[in-house]
This record gives sequence, C-alpha cells and structure tokens, in this order.
Amino acid sequence: MIMRLSSKATTLLILAAVIAIAPFFFPSSYYFRVGSLIFVNGLAVTGLVILIGYAGQISLGHAGFAGIGAYACALAPIHLGLHPALAAILGALLSAAIAFLVGRPILRLKGYYLAVASLGFGILVSMVLSNEAQLTGGPDGMAVPELGLRAVLKAVGIDLSNTEFWYAFSGLALVLGAWLALNLYHSPTGRALRALHGSEVAARTVGVDVAHYKLVAFVISAIYASVSGSLLALQNKFITPDVAGFMHSIEMVTMAVLGGAGSVLGAILGAAILTTLPQVLTVFQEYEQLMLGLVMMLVMIFMREGLLPSVAHRIRGRGE
Amino acid sequence: MSLLQIEGLGIDFGGLRAVNDVGFSLKPGEIVSVIGPNGAGKTTLFNMISGVYAPARGRVVLNGEDITRMPPHMLARRGLSRTFQNLQIFQSMTVLENAVAGHHLHERGSVFADLFSLPAARRRSKASEDSARALLDRVGLGRAAEQEASSLSYGALKRLEIARALALKPRVLLLDEPAAGCNAVETEEIDHLIAQVAAEGVSILLVEHDMKMVMRISNHIVVLDHGEKIAEGEPAAIARNPRVIEAYLGAQATEAQNADG
Repeated sequence: MIMRLSSKATTLLILAAVIAIAPFFFPSSYYFRVGSLIFVNGLAVTGLVILIGYAGQISLGHAGFAGIGAYACALAPIHLGLHPALAAILGALLSAAIAFLVGRPILRLKGYYLAVASLGFGILVSMVLSNEAQLTGGPDGMAVPELGLRAVLKAVGIDLSNTEFWYAFSGLALVLGAWLALNLYHSPTGRALRALHGSEVAARTVGVDVAHYKLVAFVISAIYASVSGSLLALQNKFITPDVAGFMHSIEMVTMAVLGGAGSVLGAILGAAILTTLPQVLTVFQEYEQLMLGLVMMLVMIFMREGLLPSVAHRIRGRGE
Repeated sequence: MSLLQIEGLGIDFGGLRAVNDVGFSLKPGEIVSVIGPNGAGKTTLFNMISGVYAPARGRVVLNGEDITRMPPHMLARRGLSRTFQNLQIFQSMTVLENAVAGHHLHERGSVFADLFSLPAARRRSKASEDSARALLDRVGLGRAAEQEASSLSYGALKRLEIARALALKPRVLLLDEPAAGCNAVETEEIDHLIAQVAAEGVSILLVEHDMKMVMRISNHIVVLDHGEKIAEGEPAAIARNPRVIEAYLGAQATEAQNADG
C-alpha cells in the first residue's frame, strides 16, 4: 500500500501541496527566502538523485556546473546582450556540453577514483572563476541582472514581493524538475540506469550500453545543477565563485545521501533539512557546526538508506 | 549451417592456460552442453563467448559474423544472451522490473521522450511490460511480479534470470548452471523450459553439473578438462567415453548407464 502511495503522482502532489501551503504558516517574509533556497538546492539534488540514486555513480564536482549556470546568467547578458532567461538556457547547454566532454573519460572510473576525478573538475571550474578576475570579478564576485519576470507579472495584475516571487518561481522549477526525474525513473532510460546500478555485467548482457547511459545520467544531472546555479544567481542578483566551490559540491551530495539518494522526495527533504538546520542550530552558537556534523553522522549510522527511505521502510515493516 | 561457431578459443591468466584451443559449433535450436570438473574452464569459456573476457586466441563467429572481443551489449544486439552462475539480478528492482529491463533493446528510445513521458515512451514501456508479464508467467513467476526481486528464493531467481535473458528474444542463449541450487521439481521445470525454448529455434549453450539433466536434454556434449576439450559427441557416446569417465564422470556415469540399461 505504501508502495502505491509513493508513486509518481503522489510524490508530486505532496511536493506541490507543501510548497503551496507552507507560506500560510510563514511568520515573516524571511521564510520565503529560506524556502526558495531550499527549492534551488532541491533542484540540484534532484539531478544528483538521477546520477547517484538511479545510476549509482558519484560526483563531487557538480557545483562546477552550478557555477557555469550561475556565471552564464551574470556574463551572457553583459557580453552577449542575452536576456537573463536565455543566459540560463545557454548555461544549461554549456554545462551539458562540458559534462559530455568531461564525463566520457571520468565515468570509466569507479568509486573513489570517479569521486576524486569529479572533485578535480569542480575545483578546476571554481579556480577559473576565481582567477579570471577581469571577467568574473574574481573572489569578490559580480552582479547579476534582474530576470524581469516579476515586472511582467505585475503588469498583468500579479503583484508579488521579490522574495514571494522567487519562492513561487523556484518552487515551480523544483516541481518541474521532480516531475522529469520521476518520469525518467519509470521509463526505459531510467530502467537502463537502475539496471547498470544493480549489475553492470548483467546490464550489458541485456544490451545496455553502460558507458553511454552513465554519460546520459551525468549530463542530465549537470543540467539540473546548472539551472539550480542560474536560479541562485538570479534571485541573489549577485554571485561569487563559492557557488562552484568544493563545499557546495559536498553539500549537494550530503543532502542527497542524507535524505535518501534513491528517492526524489527523500533527497528534497535532505535539501530542506540541510538548508534550514544551520539556522535552527544557531541556538548552539559556537557548537553549531559540531551539532550539524553529529546529526549527519547519526543519520548515516542509523538510517543508511537516508532519512525518507528508512522511515518509509520502518512504517511498512510495522504495517505488515 | 551452424549459427554459432567457436574456433580454437583460448585465454591465459597469469601464465596459466585457463582455456586452450576449444572449438565446437551450435546449429539453430540445438542444445549443446559443456561439462567438466570444477575449474575446467567452463565459465571462463562462457565469459569469452559472451564478451566478458577478451580471448587471447581463437574466434567466435555468430551467423557468419566474427564477434570475437565484441562488448556484451553489442553481442546482445546480435541476439546473444546469457545467464550467470552466481546470479546477477538487478537488486532494488521488482521481479517485473527485472524482466522489463531485459527488453532494453526493444524499448530504448529518445531520452527526451522518456524525461517528458511522451506517448512514444509510454507505449514502449507498456509493450515491454506486457511482454515481461507473459515471460514471467512462462517461467512460473507471474504471481511474484510485484515483489522485490531480492525476496525470491534462489531457484526462482534462476528462473527470473532466464526470463530476463529471453526478453531479448535471443538467437543464442548461454545458460551457466541454470539448475544449480534448485530442487528436483524446479530442475524439471527449468529442463522443460529449456527444451521448449530450443524447440522455438533458439540455440542453447549450457553449463550444468546436474548430469541427469545434461544427458536428458542435450543434443551434443562438449567435455572440458584443464581448459582443453577432451571429447565431444552425443550424450550416449560421451557417457561411454573412457577419457570422460576417467576425467570427470566416474561413478556418476556408471550410475546413468545403469539407469539407462
């Protein structure tokens, strides 16, 4: 029964309902800001669900693609005269192309080797962004132009505050991203990915071109990360190379694994927890980081599959 | 006209000749068994034919095409499928999904259509699901379709692997110990299934330790010992072959002969 409930439609319904209803309980407009950050992180993490949860591959460099998406929105409007929305699309295409080129050689590697190689890629991108100071402003960052959609909405009578607009817009992007990821799960491509995750040798014998499908997952997840970076840049109207940094890559993977990398909803929950937990833990003051680390360790020790899948298993186990 | 032809196949592992100069052929719909003591090189031979290992010497020819050292997914496209001695089930998939995954070559299409769940993608999924259900019924797992694959018994997993391999609609099927770990009833079921599949024109190459089964269903038997072919022929001739009896069959062969007589 629980299996039925966790089908595609239900997941999307839960997600959309939470996004729509949560604002009624927000004590201040600050929470819209936290919400939109959760959605932006959730989008990148949903991409990682496809790479880690479906295909069983790891990347510690996906913030590199977020950096590409973010800086595309900052640079393309200035230098190419593109609208920021088109700049985000250009960033996604560029990320896809780079993921294709980088993925081919590094996805031959497995486990730690793949982790280290992808880590190297992320560091490379953030180094370029920091060092090309004439273009990117270096570590000080640079301004990002206004998306302009809010003004259009205002003209047609929908008047949202800036934080409200970004809450709604990134919430919508997350639901769309989740829909695509869930479609993929039950599709022939998703089955090929999960097959090679289960057993590469058996996947090959049923005709799955393992190298090709790993690359497909890598490219798709790179596009997710890129769009997530673009949304972050556009809503902050300012961007620094930290978006492509090592810590951001680690955060993404941690969110996915903590919430449950095999489940879209779980990974988004992970994003929500790790985005809000630091704010909640400020009551511990200087022990904040310590508490955060402790929570992460405890979850991984006692809930190896991640929060949501573990809890779902336990409920199902009790039901039987 | 032979469908699959093995010529002088050989491979070395660290100076050890694991398999050397093995050759034989399969006609359409024929069941050929490879037997021999543990370590004789049966699974290694399978791994070379199915593209898991690259042979150092010799050729594999499928339907006139040289397929030596071709990667497994290319072999699958040419109609060669296999099962594994130590099960290779897609964990964390249901029984049905495992069988559907076997339809990969028939259901794959554009990633774009899959992401957006376009009608074309749904049609492909539906077609392979219908076919998978029919295959599961055929191997007696129809009722277990929605279960997690990991919840099945060993014998049932063996049958699931066969269903998955059949999903490919293969012309040649390599079965590595399909009856290992199965009870007498299950063995008989697998026995029937193999005979049926062969009757439909699929050539079957079988590695199996259950001698009664091998003698019963094989058209032709190849005997390996220390990586070399020491005999081949019809089951009755193999059971009488003194070299085979000495190398491997021993008491088992005399038993089978007595049972026949």
